[in-house]
Amino acid sequence: MSFGERVVLQNCSLEVPEGSIICIIGLSGAGKSTILRLLDGLLLPNSGHVYLHQHDICHIRESQLIEMRTKIGFAFQFAALFDSMTVGENVSLPLREHTTLTEKEIHEIAMHTLDSVGLAHTYHNMPSELSGGMLKRAGFARAVVTNPEMVLYDEPTTGVDPIVTHLLTDTIKRLRKELNSTAVVISHDLQSIYMMADYVAMLFEGAIIAYGTVEEVRKSTNPIVQQFLQGSEVGPIPL
Amino acid sequence: MAQVLREVEESPAAHAVERVSVGVLASIGRRVSDSFEYMGGLTMLTWETLKTILRLRIRFAETLNQCYLLGYQSLIIVLLTSLFTGMVFSLESALTAVQYGFGSFVGGIVSYTVVRELGPMLSAVVVAGRCCAAIAAELGSMEVTEQIEALKSLGLAPVRFLVVPRLLALMIMLPLLTIFADVVGVKGGQWIAYVQAHIGTQDFMASARQTVGFDDVVKGLFKSLIFGIVIAMIGAYEGLTTTGGAAGVGKSATNAVVTCIIVIFILNFIMSYFLYAGA
Ligand SMILES: Nc1ncnc2c1ncn2[C@@H]1O[C@H](COP(=O)(O)OP(=O)(O)OP(=O)(O)O)[C@@H](O)[C@H]1O
Ligand SMILES: [Mg+2]
Repeated sequence: MSFGERVVLQNCSLEVPEGSIICIIGLSGAGKSTILRLLDGLLLPNSGHVYLHQHDICHIRESQLIEMRTKIGFAFQFAALFDSMTVGENVSLPLREHTTLTEKEIHEIAMHTLDSVGLAHTYHNMPSELSGGMLKRAGFARAVVTNPEMVLYDEPTTGVDPIVTHLLTDTIKRLRKELNSTAVVISHDLQSIYMMADYVAMLFEGAIIAYGTVEEVRKSTNPIVQQFLQGSEVGPIPL
Repeated sequence: MAQVLREVEESPAAHAVERVSVGVLASIGRRVSDSFEYMGGLTMLTWETLKTILRLRIRFAETLNQCYLLGYQSLIIVLLTSLFTGMVFSLESALTAVQYGFGSFVGGIVSYTVVRELGPMLSAVVVAGRCCAAIAAELGSMEVTEQIEALKSLGLAPVRFLVVPRLLALMIMLPLLTIFADVVGVKGGQWIAYVQAHIGTQDFMASARQTVGFDDVVKGLFKSLIFGIVIAMIGAYEGLTTTGGAAGVGKSATNAVVTCIIVIFILNFIMSYFLYAGA
């Protein structure tokens, strides 16, 4: 995958087992968000393929892509709430558009989801009245409100206090347990990764250089992985 | 001689000329390919939008809301520009006409021009300045803050969600605004003709009725319908292709208005030619 001349992902291969939580780690600017965009069909790769349930999503029609996306939640790195709607309307939008629920049921579900990220009191606020971390949580709520089969989280815990981090980590785990949904999480928060991840993948210079269970990756002998996990200044990663 | 020539060819000045001309050619080439890309993209977007409308995938509440924002809120400025243009046009023509003894034709001249050209054009240009920029800026800032991507990620097509309501609103409201502009322009002209040249209301209107046919009004409204489509689609296309943060949004809004106004003037000529002269 490249933007103009700049190649971001190259020989990057990653398999996401159904029903698992997989965390992607990597340096800032390594292309983690780009991977999520490819998974959701928001970007098309210059070469290579993206498969979802054995279907290549790079060669399907826009209408099929839209259909597919209704089953995938996406929590954006910078929340990306619609600023012409209230927080409540933002969260209820996918329900209103894709389900036949009544207004009352929609309100209930949206309220419940907002409550689960500690934001029930902001239902009638506009996004511009919320703090960065609150926006993040509202974006999280919007991504999971339809109970999608797969959820892509782009740094859900960055800029959020430790208690809410715990709450969000629990929510990700609960969704997996209750609905067997797959989660792809980008995170820099090693603690919460250790808490929830089934698998960890490390992205470096456009490729996945380490992939395995948390234990396997922690014990990896790759000096790049070790340096990253320890947050050390000395090592093979150029600063 | 040959040696001299070779020296000239190899001189730094010759190189510079060569480099400049290659640069100019390259930049012309880029311009041409850019504008083809623009037209292609705009056509694709319009086609997709029309397809969505034909499939009746319309959000009515949002369309009404856009009718209010884009149409109703432009009413005052459309009325004012049209009123004063009708007045000044009458001011210029009435005195001269009376001087040469053509006073009874003033009503016809004024209303003919207002209904066929000034009404549709002025409303379109005013609405382009106001709404084309607004659409481009709004969609543009949604694009650069990832809201368009968020929309797609929720399985909602930006065309249906954002473009269709704006297009429909302008297709409905611009012809309506034009009707108001026509009436106000003619009435303003009539008033000035009376005040300045003492042309009676009855004479003015009789002449107007004789000159302007119903088909003139319809053709004028047809033009505004096309202008409405142009304004909505250029605004939407500029907005959806915005890159580069807040500065990019500003650039999109400016580009949208400039392109839109140029296209309106050109299309107006072409349509007038085929609707009035060519027939
Ligand atoms: N639309 C774009 N146009 C050009 N370059 C882009 C674009 N999007 C991303 N890039 C480039 O791709 C690279 C990877 O970007 P990406 O957003 O995927 O990084 P990231 O791993 O998510 O970083 P972070 O942890 O800081 O969010 C960056 O170097 C960026 O400059
Ligand atoms: Mg990122």
